[in-house]
Amino acid sequence: MAETKNIMIVGVGGQGTLLTSRILGGIILTAGYDVKLSEVHGMAQRGGSVVTFVRYGEKVEEPIVEAGQADVLIAFERLEALRYAHFLKPDGALVVNDQRIDPITVVTGAAKYPDNIIEDLSKSYKVYSVDAAGEALKLGNSRVFNNIVLGVAAQHMDFSKEAWLEVIANTVPPKTVEINQKAFLVGYEK
Amino acid sequence: MSEKKIMLGNEAIARGAYEAGVKVSSAYPGTPSTEISENLVKYPEIYCEWAPNEKVAMEVAIGASISGVRAMASMKHVGFNVAADPMYTVAYIGATGGLVTVVADDPGMYSSQNEQDTRQICRAAQVPVLEPSDSQEAKDYMKLAFELSEEYDTPIVLRTTTRLAHSQGVVVLEDRVVPEDKVYEKNIAKHVMMPGMAIKRHLVVEDRMNRMAEDANTLVVSKEGFAKDMPLNKVEMNDTKIGFITSGIPYTYVKEACPNASVLKLGMVHPLPKKLIEDFASKVDTLYIFEELEPVIEEQVRAWGIKCIGKDAFTVQGEYSANMIRKVVLKQDLQINTPAEAPARPPILCPGCPHRSVYTVLNKLKIHAAGDIGCYTLGALAPLNVVDTTICMGASISSLHGMEMAKGKDYVKDWVAVIGDSTFMHTGVNSLMNMVYNQATGTVIILDNSITGMTGHQDNAATGKTLMGKVVPAINIMGLCKSMGIQHVQEVNAFDIKELEKVIKEEVARDELSVIITKSPCALLKEVHFPNKCVPVPEKCKKCGMCLKPGCPALTKNEDGTISIDATMCNGCGLCKNLCPFDAIEEVAK
Repeated sequence: MAETKNIMIVGVGGQGTLLTSRILGGIILTAGYDVKLSEVHGMAQRGGSVVTFVRYGEKVEEPIVEAGQADVLIAFERLEALRYAHFLKPDGALVVNDQRIDPITVVTGAAKYPDNIIEDLSKSYKVYSVDAAGEALKLGNSRVFNNIVLGVAAQHMDFSKEAWLEVIANTVPPKTVEINQKAFLVGYEK
Repeated sequence: MSEKKIMLGNEAIARGAYEAGVKVSSAYPGTPSTEISENLVKYPEIYCEWAPNEKVAMEVAIGASISGVRAMASMKHVGFNVAADPMYTVAYIGATGGLVTVVADDPGMYSSQNEQDTRQICRAAQVPVLEPSDSQEAKDYMKLAFELSEEYDTPIVLRTTTRLAHSQGVVVLEDRVVPEDKVYEKNIAKHVMMPGMAIKRHLVVEDRMNRMAEDANTLVVSKEGFAKDMPLNKVEMNDTKIGFITSGIPYTYVKEACPNASVLKLGMVHPLPKKLIEDFASKVDTLYIFEELEPVIEEQVRAWGIKCIGKDAFTVQGEYSANMIRKVVLKQDLQINTPAEAPARPPILCPGCPHRSVYTVLNKLKIHAAGDIGCYTLGALAPLNVVDTTICMGASISSLHGMEMAKGKDYVKDWVAVIGDSTFMHTGVNSLMNMVYNQATGTVIILDNSITGMTGHQDNAATGKTLMGKVVPAINIMGLCKSMGIQHVQEVNAFDIKELEKVIKEEVARDELSVIITKSPCALLKEVHFPNKCVPVPEKCKKCGMCLKPGCPALTKNEDGTISIDATMCNGCGLCKNLCPFDAIEEVAK
């Protein structure tokens, strides 16, 4: 692999983006690449916008993904997809969980939640949208939606299905391995 | 051992301390330094603790060092101000056992009240500073810091930034090597800093800094136990048209944007290696100094008469990036899409947060709050709009006192101070002593949620548990306040809004000092379980909007004016239900 690959994970604090970045870190290290991950979030425990950068390749220098450089942007929420879409390369993949979480600015009426985000983004970017909450509910566990989203994103990375399933098994709590692997496959085979 | 692991910068710092044989660590939590102690505690060989504040933590580490063992303290940049008093003087005393303080700066202010640069304090205090660029270096430099501390008889600061502290990278693990404890020798000329001794020690400090600056030109660390031989300050000669002097995370941006440029990477950013810098500068056509925050390196380089480009091209604000170099140095026209306009998503108090309940009452009573540092600072924002001021740890209580002394007791009849339990233990207690001593009449609300919340749930002296998990007697906040002689100290359940309103009205009207302790644990604590959850009853709803006033993120307004409550987010605290005048919200079992 000549060039460093840039992945971004964005979402709302409390959505569990950390697990996704841990699985990503795990699979990259197993494949023998150099890797840097960087997560920065605001002051409160929950509710703010959170961003994780993941970079891997032969030798990774900076730990952040900069505007215009992301190969894959994984957005756990529509508005966050809109906020960070400009970080994508022209041919980058935008994987978006089709979920709406109102920020406090919308709740108080100070701002309006934009309509048709996915349609609008599709005009400028390659968008892969998934109703992960709905799919997770079908599996009978609403918490595994992250791995459904990750499954969709995994289609745009060069690791084998078996490698993903193995690293998921090594990362999630032992009792939830099967359901998390199933969730991943729902996204991966979509 | 050559196991490789992905480690957070802070985790790598803890690992470095472990491998270096550290025996004692003391700290106060503060983003982005908190995970250092949270990882240190995983090594049972190390005694580690949360101290009530950074000054105490620093002094604990100093004591341990004097007794002959390797010791450390860790804190965020503003905490270093609190610890500055012991730091300035321990620079004179030096280190018996290696003494290292990790200080985390926050360029971009992701979680801080200012953007100060720790290197400036260290220059003033005459303390050497190391600055790593990634997790591997964070671990290596920690070990190096202890070596240098003992070799030069000096405290050392390891400076990090949010980006380093909260980035993960690959680290090669090595074994722990514990040096033999140094033997304590009574030596008042070195350990008792009164004028006669300190005058002589100041000369020692000057000599030491000069020696370190000289040695920094050539210092190569190649001792057993390190991951690799490390020149402390590393010259990478390439194309000589452009040269960079840089350190820390900005070094990685230079490598990213200009892989072919020449670089002098400083591992020690104070004191600086003059010869090495002069030599490097003479070999490149254009010299850039690429450092986040203040022009600390640049000012020194300019003072030596070396031409360079620094803050005239790069900002003193926020984080740097590779794109910044591409634009400014390489004059590249970056084709980046304009960011879309998206409503901001600021951090908010969690569903079920007891602070929201207290603020809802204060908002209703139109009371101003002198605020403090914690999650509850968020009460400054809409829709709560209660907090008027936030300065630093403990300042709520003392600034309220200042207002009263300036304008008289009637002026503070619609003011209170709000402060969390951990912040109260940190420095608020001193401010409250001052109110007692100087006969203030104001009202202090201690928002006791039984944890240090904002930094991610650390125990403190009032929670009854130590960092190492030992159950200990908790300092009783009410007893502490009463013992100072405060007559009016009341504890109220933070969610009992009727009682809270009554008590706050009574106490602000009173011409005597009073303390109200609003007690309810942080909603994110595992042991917090509200049995019910709230559900709307649309047919009773009059669309008055009362329930939406506290700004709970679980509630949204429907297009017809009624409300929805997100069942997965609702914590069941019942605040919205208690505010509804029409019984249009009810509690049902979870």
